[in-house]
Amino acid sequence: MVEYNELIFEISRSGRIGSSLPESDVPKVNLQNKLPDHLIRTELAELPEVSELQLVRHYTALSNKNHGIDNGFYPLGSCTMKYNPKINEDVARLEGFSRIHPYQPVETVQGALKLLHELQEDLAEITGMDAVTLQPSAGAQGEWAGLMMVKAYHKQKGEKRTKVLVPDSAHGTNPASATVAGFRTVTIPSNGDGLVDLEELKKHVDDDTAALMLTNPNTLGLFEKEIIEIAKVVHGAGGLLYYDGANANAILGKTTPGKMGFDIVHLNLHKTFTTPHGGGGPGAGPVGVKKKLIPYLPVPRIEKQNDQYFLNDNQPLSIGRVKGYYGNFGILVRAYTYIRTMGPVGLRQVSESAVLHANYLRKKLEPYFDSPFSQVCKHEFVLSGSRQKKLGVRTLDMAKRLLDFGCHPPTIYFPLNVEECLMIEPTETESKETIDAFAEVMIQIAKEVEGNPDIVLDAPHTTTIGRLDEVQAARKPVVRHSKEKTEEGKAESVKS
Amino acid sequence: MTSTYRYLPDTKHDQEEMLAALNLSTVDELFSDLPSDIRMDHELNIPEAVPEPLLMKKMQQLSSINKHANDYPIFLGAGTYDHYIPSVVNHMISRSEFYTAYTPYQPEISQGELQAIFEFQTMVCELTGMDAANSSMYDGFTSLAEAASLAVASTKRPRVLISKSVHPESRAILNTVSDGQGYKVEEAELNVDVTDLKNLKEQIDMDTAAVIVQYPNFFGSIEDLQEIKHIAQDKGALFIVSANPLALALLEAPGKIGADIVIGDMQPLGLPMSFGGPHCGYFAVRKKFMRNLPGRIVGQTKDVNGKRGFVLTLQAREQHIRRDKASSNICSNQALNALASSVCMTALGKQGIRHMAQLNFEKADYMAKRLEDKGYKIKNRSPFFNEFVIELPTAVKEVNHTLFEAGIIGGYDLEKDYGFKNQMLVAVTEQRTKEEIDHFVETLEGAVHG
Repeated sequence: MVEYNELIFEISRSGRIGSSLPESDVPKVNLQNKLPDHLIRTELAELPEVSELQLVRHYTALSNKNHGIDNGFYPLGSCTMKYNPKINEDVARLEGFSRIHPYQPVETVQGALKLLHELQEDLAEITGMDAVTLQPSAGAQGEWAGLMMVKAYHKQKGEKRTKVLVPDSAHGTNPASATVAGFRTVTIPSNGDGLVDLEELKKHVDDDTAALMLTNPNTLGLFEKEIIEIAKVVHGAGGLLYYDGANANAILGKTTPGKMGFDIVHLNLHKTFTTPHGGGGPGAGPVGVKKKLIPYLPVPRIEKQNDQYFLNDNQPLSIGRVKGYYGNFGILVRAYTYIRTMGPVGLRQVSESAVLHANYLRKKLEPYFDSPFSQVCKHEFVLSGSRQKKLGVRTLDMAKRLLDFGCHPPTIYFPLNVEECLMIEPTETESKETIDAFAEVMIQIAKEVEGNPDIVLDAPHTTTIGRLDEVQAARKPVVRHSKEKTEEGKAESVKS
Repeated sequence: MTSTYRYLPDTKHDQEEMLAALNLSTVDELFSDLPSDIRMDHELNIPEAVPEPLLMKKMQQLSSINKHANDYPIFLGAGTYDHYIPSVVNHMISRSEFYTAYTPYQPEISQGELQAIFEFQTMVCELTGMDAANSSMYDGFTSLAEAASLAVASTKRPRVLISKSVHPESRAILNTVSDGQGYKVEEAELNVDVTDLKNLKEQIDMDTAAVIVQYPNFFGSIEDLQEIKHIAQDKGALFIVSANPLALALLEAPGKIGADIVIGDMQPLGLPMSFGGPHCGYFAVRKKFMRNLPGRIVGQTKDVNGKRGFVLTLQAREQHIRRDKASSNICSNQALNALASSVCMTALGKQGIRHMAQLNFEKADYMAKRLEDKGYKIKNRSPFFNEFVIELPTAVKEVNHTLFEAGIIGGYDLEKDYGFKNQMLVAVTEQRTKEEIDHFVETLEGAVHG
């Protein structure tokens, strides 16, 4: 097979086209007669000119250089890379869902509104919340929307609280979302068991505390056992509890953030509820709240009266809009389809199986890697590459070596509070054979580090491209192709 | 736990083996760390599982309740448009190597996605006339708010000035975002269908971080970017343009007119309306703001053997590195939709996109003329692209009802957002045939005079 490394612009030839549009069936209009010259485009955008087959070959060749869940194991911790069901894709493409306009009269889109309303109710039940908004388009946007509600809630009570508490093991989005919602972040250290240090927490909780953001199970895959006490401490000072639902895959049907004492929850439908990650998106990050926060939910609310569904904009205390229209509808359709596929027993078994797989895999790997925490884990776990580091091989090298075996590496160097961290999430949709095979590969790599470290240090060996120079990419950024480049066969860098 | 569910592969035997390896006898023991008072004592109260054939039928039934654009010619636009999507688009984004992948953190096995994004960034730069673009944002509305935040952060001025001719949802989201970040938003008044420039000159001052306009604006009218650029520049404010990427095939690129940031939504190019999402925001800037871009950016580099390759770059800006110092919390992009848009732009190509834009322009012009011939007033005083405002003798809601009875989905009622009574915003894309346009006009005649 000949290697294909062309950019679409490099195979472009003037005069080719990959589509056919009809000729106009209305009178021609000359742009010059309508618009002033300075608003008429004279230099055409350099879009590619290729035939349809060239287009198909190009993007097929690109897809062949990409690893997805359908290609192989993808134990990327905190990302829940589970199987993305095919029926979900088919349903989202039904014309009654994909070919409707957001501003159609509500009478003409009752099916869509019914689906959204039912999904709100299902997610409220799954999280133990009283109401849900489907508007946020990703976890990070959900966090921000949730924190804006925290702000509005305190403001309504006549308080201006400025502080959001975040454990050191939190996702990077937590402090970033707190900042863009106008709060300052205070980091709470973990204790030796990888859990929130309750004494430290108590030191920081006061009448300036707006909320505590917590992932439970946390990013180490450990359940915060003291959650009831944590909730008591935060609530006692008048603060709210925010649940980062990135790790909800461990708790379906077993417990709910509502039972744990949380007031606000976001879910990542592209993690727990099987909607595809799409190479980085689109996803969806619905937010659920307890009753006292309902007035602050984004507008419009999707409501039901006498079997008719409608949009309600009339919420004077609402934080306003956070996203266009009603959220990422096509993604919501997929999640709804998945929830209907699984039902209550199925969803519970998802979490049970996810947790069993994680504990089983950890057990198999523990003799070969440092395992910083001994208690039972939930849907994911962390290992440390510190033993291998002493032999001159870093976690990054082991991750690259995994590529040679057709595995996507685990999340690495996160959470930040574990040295040379490997964060592994096998998910419930993988078979025992796949998990066993991955364990064998990891064990082989651990042995290579001891006996033949060069093979790990020089990895990957089988990919279409070797390790890339990221420093060069950032120092002299080339973030677009330019035409001159084709002629010179050389990149013109955009200097900052 | 059994293999009753097709997404759960564990057999009873598998489960027993795994539990035995853990010296456990039940799965429940793995949940012993959950305090008993927070454990569920019953199954979730959601509907029971549905087998695939029945579920497909149920979902088809649910979707068929909705009236959709395959059955009803649609004249609604207002930010989301019914454009033709070449068949290749869905085929390419259905390659599961693309859609089942995560963000390309491991570049050696993500070159396909990374190159596709690099090409997307290039196409966005080409259309907008800008130097650098990111890998995409949630949608055009949130892109606009991020652009305003960028302007406030980089000019260190406390206020942005946005025209009332910008999409009402853009302005609504900007209000929410600015409330979080603590800067002020002021709205510039309208002169009928475009930004009131005289008023704009009075409102702008040395505290204005940016002037934000839409191109074409919410009413379909084409704002005079050159004039507005001068007003912004005089006071040292950044010039932010929210542009419809299809219109840019005909209209001068905002970059050429001096825009500092150009944002918008790629929906018109390859993305289904899908009840408003997911769509795909784009975000393009001049060179000097490249390191202030929010979100993910793909850059070109070389591998250890000197071969060209692509990586996520300039990550020092991002939330996972900067945490609470990050200027944006965005942690994803709309990669698959950016890919869809790239495929669409490639299929249309350099000439095809212009042809498509010209069809939109001509059909809207034809419809407006036909309406004027019938004695209706077109409110737009400025030239428009594929959307315009008609003044009706009766309420828009009633007219839309009549149109719907005749098998047409009518336009957008401007009363709620602007208080403009009996004014309908109508979009005419290349999808609308002369017959459909004539049918609309005749039905309207019947509704009003019938």
